Amino acid sequence: MKPTVRIGCGAGFSGDRLEPALVLVQHGELDYLVLECLAERTIALAQKRKRQDATLGYDPLLERRIESLLPHLLEKKVRLITNMGAANPLAAAQKIVDIAQRLSLSVTVAAVTGDDVFSLLSGRETALETSQPLADSGTLVSANAYLGIDAILPALATNADIIITGRVADPSLFLAPLVHEFSWSVDDYDQLGQGTVIGHLLECAGQLTGGYFADPGRKDVPDMAHLGHPFADVSSDGTAVFSKVAGTGGALSLMTAKEQLLYEVMDPSRYMTPDVVADFTSVRLAETGPNQVRASGGCGQSRPNTLKVSVGYEAGFIGEGEISYAGSNALGRAKLAGVILQERLKDRFTDLRIDYIGSTSVHRTAFGHYPDPYEIRLRVAAKAKTAQQAALVGEEVEALYTNGPAGGGGARKYVHELVGIVSTLLDRHRLTPQVTLFQS
Amino acid sequence: MTIKLYDIAHSRAGDKGNTLTLSLIPYKADDYPLLCAQVTAEAVKQHLADIVAGNIIRYELPNLPALQFVCQQALTGGVTTSLTMDTHGKSLSYALLEMQISG
Repeated sequence: MKPTVRIGCGAGFSGDRLEPALVLVQHGELDYLVLECLAERTIALAQKRKRQDATLGYDPLLERRIESLLPHLLEKKVRLITNMGAANPLAAAQKIVDIAQRLSLSVTVAAVTGDDVFSLLSGRETALETSQPLADSGTLVSANAYLGIDAILPALATNADIIITGRVADPSLFLAPLVHEFSWSVDDYDQLGQGTVIGHLLECAGQLTGGYFADPGRKDVPDMAHLGHPFADVSSDGTAVFSKVAGTGGALSLMTAKEQLLYEVMDPSRYMTPDVVADFTSVRLAETGPNQVRASGGCGQSRPNTLKVSVGYEAGFIGEGEISYAGSNALGRAKLAGVILQERLKDRFTDLRIDYIGSTSVHRTAFGHYPDPYEIRLRVAAKAKTAQQAALVGEEVEALYTNGPAGGGGARKYVHELVGIVSTLLDRHRLTPQVTLFQS
Repeated sequence: MTIKLYDIAHSRAGDKGNTLTLSLIPYKADDYPLLCAQVTAEAVKQHLADIVAGNIIRYELPNLPALQFVCQQALTGGVTTSLTMDTHGKSLSYALLEMQISG
């Protein structure tokens, strides 16, 4: 057994930058690279792509990421674990094999499936946040359960160079190789809680190394243009030292680690994953060097009997329109346009939103201070059942050119199709994860 | 003396469905008791009255030290169906930091 295992995180979301992962593989001396590319809503959108074309439904950037990384992963013997399979891990694995063949490389890919539980749902299950039946939200289009380490461990036990999954809990992508390498017991919940803390700190990649942290003059981060992504040296006792590749930009400090530890945490004493109910309140963080933070502590309780399921539903359309007003009384003229639009649209839309960009668009309030801006962009948005109805919003905004206040310019109109997400719980014994091997 | 939270603490917002999470981390650990005493769930609820429709729960993490606020019904439906510009509510950490307390 190695004394420490080094895991890097090269991507924290589907649209993340490609270069930091390459830097990690080339210069990070990694044992494992994880790419976390599946946000709450991403999989439902991927399910829609798969329905249109059965060979799609994996991450849109998979091809570019794999093409750049694969030769280096194989040369440095770094195993890749990623959820870029999204709605279609089997097609993703085949795609990776195709890329390897094109590059004359030999690769083994393990696809982890079993998270797609659409056929197991009746629609009568209740949604977690609202307690209403799922089907009340709209026509259901997808359902994916968050799998845990028990789905990934059999793939790690093969000789696969790449393990590609669909929906799994983000920290499980990091916990699985630790359990595999250190032979941690899958019912040592304090140990799994510690490993989950490590996974949670790494899972958003650049958010641990100063991405999404900088505030000039107050929270300065050097060389953000070349932000490096993090890795952790994990010991078999579950303590970890986090750092980044020397020479990369960014900052890894007590402050960045604290922000990341609490990110998206709904109850710090009960962080639920398929593997463990982790307790973050006992975690200790210490800065042990420049761009180096040590995490210890963290504990947990037995894993839940249910798995969280993300359910996608057809949520109709959003229609949007925008137009700008500038110069003296820009806000006054924009607000007059808002009143006019409210009157023209109120009978056709139940949920209409009017924003004054540059004044009150983001928080709908300025905490009592309303500076008089030189320019204001008016934005109107409404939900509709059909694309045709949604288009009316932008049409009315455009019509302000000759039917609204003075000086409105730069009108734009948009229609977006919506996929909504609700969550529910499913008995974990109702699904069976599987591993399928592909070879080039 | 009035202090803006922005001057003594930092924060990051996160989202899960229609629920917003906001960390509040003092730059100096010495300020943690002050935050605990004044930045109560009720005070934050009042400060974010225009933004958060549901309940706010506060968690204390003396080890870090930091506070965590979990705000229900705060994202006008959540990331996929909200009509807002900032559908994730990612900018809302800076709404919290606008809050003023007495120091």
